[in-house]
Amino acid sequence: MRERSAWITDAQSHDGCLEFPMNIWLVNHGRALRIALRRLIAAPLTTLLSLLAIGVALALPAGGQMLLNNVQRLMGSTSATPQISVFMAVDAGRGAATELAARLKKHPAVKQQRFLPREDTLQRMKANAGLREIIDVLPDNPFPDAFIVTAIADQPATLDLLVEEFRQWPKVAHVQLDSAWARRLEALLRLSRNVVILLGGLLAIGLIAITFNIIRMQVLTHRAEIEVSQLLGATNGFICRPFLYFGALLGFAGGATAWLLIAAAAWWLRTPLDDLLHLYEFTFSLQSLSLVDSALLLGIATGLGWLGALLSLGQHLRHS
Amino acid sequence: MIRFDRVAKRYPPGIDALSALSFEMTAGDMLIVSGHSGAGKSTLIKLVAAIEKPTSGAVLVGGQNVGTLSRSALPFLRRRLGLVLQDQKLLFDRSVFENVMLPLSITGFPPKEAMQRVRAALDKVGLAMREKALPIALSGGEQQRLAIARAVVSRPALLLADEPTAHLDAETAADVARIFHEFHRAGVTVLIATYDGHLFPDARTLRLDHGCSVA
Repeated sequence: MRERSAWITDAQSHDGCLEFPMNIWLVNHGRALRIALRRLIAAPLTTLLSLLAIGVALALPAGGQMLLNNVQRLMGSTSATPQISVFMAVDAGRGAATELAARLKKHPAVKQQRFLPREDTLQRMKANAGLREIIDVLPDNPFPDAFIVTAIADQPATLDLLVEEFRQWPKVAHVQLDSAWARRLEALLRLSRNVVILLGGLLAIGLIAITFNIIRMQVLTHRAEIEVSQLLGATNGFICRPFLYFGALLGFAGGATAWLLIAAAAWWLRTPLDDLLHLYEFTFSLQSLSLVDSALLLGIATGLGWLGALLSLGQHLRHS
Repeated sequence: MIRFDRVAKRYPPGIDALSALSFEMTAGDMLIVSGHSGAGKSTLIKLVAAIEKPTSGAVLVGGQNVGTLSRSALPFLRRRLGLVLQDQKLLFDRSVFENVMLPLSITGFPPKEAMQRVRAALDKVGLAMREKALPIALSGGEQQRLAIARAVVSRPALLLADEPTAHLDAETAADVARIFHEFHRAGVTVLIATYDGHLFPDARTLRLDHGCSVA
């Protein structure tokens, strides 16, 4: 690389400003931020419409995230650790049951077990008026002895293995994993999460496209200023900075708009949802975005706005 | 300060604006480039400011070949030049004061000192009273003086001007010429492309004819 002549490098330390490089840095960035803010305020209607477009685009995945978090919280409060019900053959006899109890007790994967004698089950079922009539008709107690087993592990794969193992044991008629519904819901949640991520990715590209276009218009509007600044010795950084701040501010404000939209929606849905869940005997209150999710939303929105501006500048300043 | 070494500039499709031009000017010089319209005067100014690159030959400014200057070094060359172009490139959406402030903002000058400098520059060209006006409200002569104020506000060692007295009446033109003389007397190297060579009777003249230097 060719060395710059002293005459030109000297310009870089122009008029002793280099003594306070931090000051120049601050002055430059403060100036760029002021210009960006001024430009946002100068066209309030355009800014408002841009913010709404960005806000709605971001509110969809962020709102999905909020809903998923709420469903997960709801699940966490209701589904206990998965339990395995082990039903013995009706003709197994008490001896086999005692044997099984001992075997379960020794099993290293079992945390806790509870024996349900068939007589107790019969009594419990008879308490139900409708069932009693049917049971009374039957000659024998139709219910088997049963064990409710809580495993140490709660990963579905481990539980499945355990269920398989119990099924092989003698005198065991039927083994059932009680958490099947919870696992289905969990699988559904996982799928939903992927959908939210997909949606988020697509709308992130949309947001970049929105800022890209807005910055393109800005560059066209300020073409004269850019050209003059270049002639007067402005570096690319000096010219780009206000536009980058503009993009970042737009993203940030768009993120805040999305946050407000979600908070408003959560507030609006809270009461009817509470009423609905109350009917299902859940006490639950819909929460808006958590602090971490809110910070993430604003951070990502700001970053995407900045990125859209950067891509736009790369495209449009090259041809100016 | 400036040296042209067999410089040629050809615009597509094969129009020679300058051919094999060589000349030199030392620091503190004042040089008038004169010639008919299309003689290559503007091209010469643009080559010095690295707005154009020579097709062949070397343009040396302050010992640096500006034709081979990298994009990232370009701004630092421009900061050392005061540039008054034919179309003055004023920004019509901001005041006289802000127009002159721009070069100092670009170099990151401390704001307080910058404001003093802007006022000094405006005072020097006689626009001190018009600092709040928009350029559109200025007369042709005032706009030209505004362009000069912007060119000199960062106190460049080299001042370039392309037809600074074009479209001005004789009196105003003489006034503008006087301002350039003052800067020259203050030690600034001044290079002016003009067909009004008589406004600068004491200055050395480089006469161009169809891109070539004539005696």
